[in-house]
Amino acid sequence: MTATEYLIRNGYVFDPVQGIKGDKADVAVKDGKIVKSVSSGAKVIDASGKTVMAGAVEIHAHIAGPKVNEGRNYRPEDKLFTYTPKKKGSRMAGGFSIPTTFKTGYEYARMGYTTCMEAAMPPLFARHVHEEMKDTPIIDEGAYPVFGNNWFVMEYLKNDEIDNAAAYTAWLLNSTKGYAIKVVNPGGTEAWGWGLNCLTVNDPVPYFDITPAEIMTGLMKTNEYLGLPHSMHVHQNSLGNPGNYTVTLDSLKLAEGIKATNKFGRETVLHSTHLQFHSYGGDNWGNFESKSKEVMDYVNRQKNITVDTGCVTLDETTTMTADGPFEHHLTELNHLKWANVDVELETAAGIVPYVYSPDVKVCEIQWAIGLEIALMAKDPMRCFITTDHPNAGPFTRYPRIFKWLMSADARKERIESFKHSAKMVDATHIAGMDKELSLYELAQMTRAGPAKSLGLASIYGGLAPGMDADVAVYNFNPDTPHKPDEIEKAFSSAAFVMKTGTPVVMDGEIVSNGNKRTIWVDAKVNENPQVMRDIKDKFLRYYSVTLGNYDVTKHFLSGNPRVIEVDATR
Amino acid sequence: METVTVTIKTQPELFLEADNISPDAFAGKKAAEIVALHAYEGREQYTLGKYFDISGEAGATAADTRIIVKGDVSRVKYIGMKMSAGEVIIEKDADMYVGAWMQGGKLTAKGNVDAFAGIGMKGGELIIEGNAGNYLGAAYRGDWRGMQGGLIRVKGNAGSDIGYFMNGGTIIVEGNADVHIATHAEGGKVIIKGDAKSKIGGQMVEGEIIVFGGIDVMMPGFKYVKDEELEVDGTKAKFALFHGDLGERHPKRKGQVVYGKLYQKI
Repeated sequence: MTATEYLIRNGYVFDPVQGIKGDKADVAVKDGKIVKSVSSGAKVIDASGKTVMAGAVEIHAHIAGPKVNEGRNYRPEDKLFTYTPKKKGSRMAGGFSIPTTFKTGYEYARMGYTTCMEAAMPPLFARHVHEEMKDTPIIDEGAYPVFGNNWFVMEYLKNDEIDNAAAYTAWLLNSTKGYAIKVVNPGGTEAWGWGLNCLTVNDPVPYFDITPAEIMTGLMKTNEYLGLPHSMHVHQNSLGNPGNYTVTLDSLKLAEGIKATNKFGRETVLHSTHLQFHSYGGDNWGNFESKSKEVMDYVNRQKNITVDTGCVTLDETTTMTADGPFEHHLTELNHLKWANVDVELETAAGIVPYVYSPDVKVCEIQWAIGLEIALMAKDPMRCFITTDHPNAGPFTRYPRIFKWLMSADARKERIESFKHSAKMVDATHIAGMDKELSLYELAQMTRAGPAKSLGLASIYGGLAPGMDADVAVYNFNPDTPHKPDEIEKAFSSAAFVMKTGTPVVMDGEIVSNGNKRTIWVDAKVNENPQVMRDIKDKFLRYYSVTLGNYDVTKHFLSGNPRVIEVDATR
Repeated sequence: METVTVTIKTQPELFLEADNISPDAFAGKKAAEIVALHAYEGREQYTLGKYFDISGEAGATAADTRIIVKGDVSRVKYIGMKMSAGEVIIEKDADMYVGAWMQGGKLTAKGNVDAFAGIGMKGGELIIEGNAGNYLGAAYRGDWRGMQGGLIRVKGNAGSDIGYFMNGGTIIVEGNADVHIATHAEGGKVIIKGDAKSKIGGQMVEGEIIVFGGIDVMMPGFKYVKDEELEVDGTKAKFALFHGDLGERHPKRKGQVVYGKLYQKI
């Protein structure tokens, strides 16, 4: 018999939703939800001397879909010596920067993550994304379809037809069972079809004659017209180029004056992802430097945006993005193998392996910038920790990033062992920063913050009664002195993790595959015959598949959906 | 140096993956502990003791340990994998991945070895007295970091794709070699004392290939430069030097473009 009542007793609880900052408290769970109290028959989990938080929420990772799988296919060397055999509660799992679906679910769960968002779903291949999400155990997942280079979107927004863009967006979210509006290198990926790119927010997209600024502004308006749970989620133009911070600031400024309109408690209208890759100064790799301060000063002032860090973990990894031109640029730099695909009317993608070496000055500076962004954030509810998995490093390194953020000593040790330590220190701010993140701030940046930005604050990221019983208990006593490495160890392998009331991890071992759900948004809009006619027309004229073979239905979809309903009818 | 003798007593029904037969895994262990080391047959894990009689005891470190492998190990893979020091002698034919990812020490195979011998090798000496299979001193599938260092010497012939993605070290084949030599190489040296067939140095960026015998078909990306007198593995002779692969990118050093070099004995 599975117990339906649990009492996680006497832990140090950190819950930004209720403002609990490490008080000793009990967490009661009944029928998959957090409750005020349980009966005396509840199963007791002893958390005394341990840290208790809600299950963490991943706002941006590439963990399912065609480019992730192509990464797995074309990098057998990423799997070498990484496989673990099947155990009682888990299947065979392997891979390092692009783990198997099973390892993805297990490793997130072992770190106490219970909800994860796949950051870029090509609509045409949404079926593949959902098949992989179905095969990823334990964690609740949603996926963001990409809109920023979509022909429909560019045509509607060029004429400022927000209602048509909204009707198309609602149709696409429903067809792909998607969660949010994702924008990758707006206009630039399409421009690359002409051998060009959009490296500023004002570079016009060939043929469509629209600018990245117009695409982003239009999609923010579309997002708020629909009142979607998450804000527009953008990977800005000119990723990874020295001096790109001005493009970043230009993009962020587009949010000024736009108001969040939704029923989910979301106050922000733009999420700027993997900001580390967009906070570069200098004009070449020689004078490359951190501009995290300039960018974060703006982010701290402008209250209607959220960001995530994209921290570099100093590992060998696999970069993959819908920013096709960027991946071509990268393979020209490092000469490693390149995979690339164009996705018809919608987007593109590229993949290149990358080694972030502690002996390469640029990588050292990138490492610093990612951490600086988190340390400079004045409002931890608006800045989230990511590695843009696997682009700046695998998500399995989160505990190491927590260590660097929570311990100035750990950072100092890392800085001193860099090959170009002095040059790196000159080009960054990190050496002068003594801030150490508290566990409460960590809970804001990994739980309550991302959940709020996603419009899921009433369900995930907190321990208030009525919320999902996603709970992580770590072998970490905040009242006793600890070495930095103990932070990494504790967060790598949780003592206990519960997902919707089911224990899934005990002492770092997977004990259940949980009750995984797929989260998607069903947005209702007024009937729009013009948009429906445009869709039929484009499928007849341009798409290589018919409409009937496009949408995510039947066996492609998880049998356990969590549908977030939005009514945008006027 | 202490010697451990490993004699096969039971042939595996499937192929046996015995990467624990290495001086590093044996070091500091007595025979009774060595028999308990694991080996995989298919997806099941067993111990070395199920398949081998072990006698003698290992030295305190890998460097003090010599392993002699006796009997028919033609169905045993990964002998000497990742070894960093010491010595391994395989008296008869062995299967794939002999000395794979080897870092140091000396491994001598007195018979033939199958494919992937010395892949990803970083150092040490791998001597194959019989013939070697395909992918000798190559990179693991997908990897761009093939052989990095060390020496591989084959007294017989070698198969195809030797030195694939080679970055350093030396491969000497005293007999003939099959197609595809040093494809994608960015360093290192391959010496073929017999004949080579075709597709030699395809997409080669840097490194050297030296062929004593005939070349059936030259890659179109190689251009004759000049004749050169060289001493190669104890033999002085005149060679024709070709630069290539001209279809590939080439780095510049001290203002000079660096090419892959292909020498053929005149």
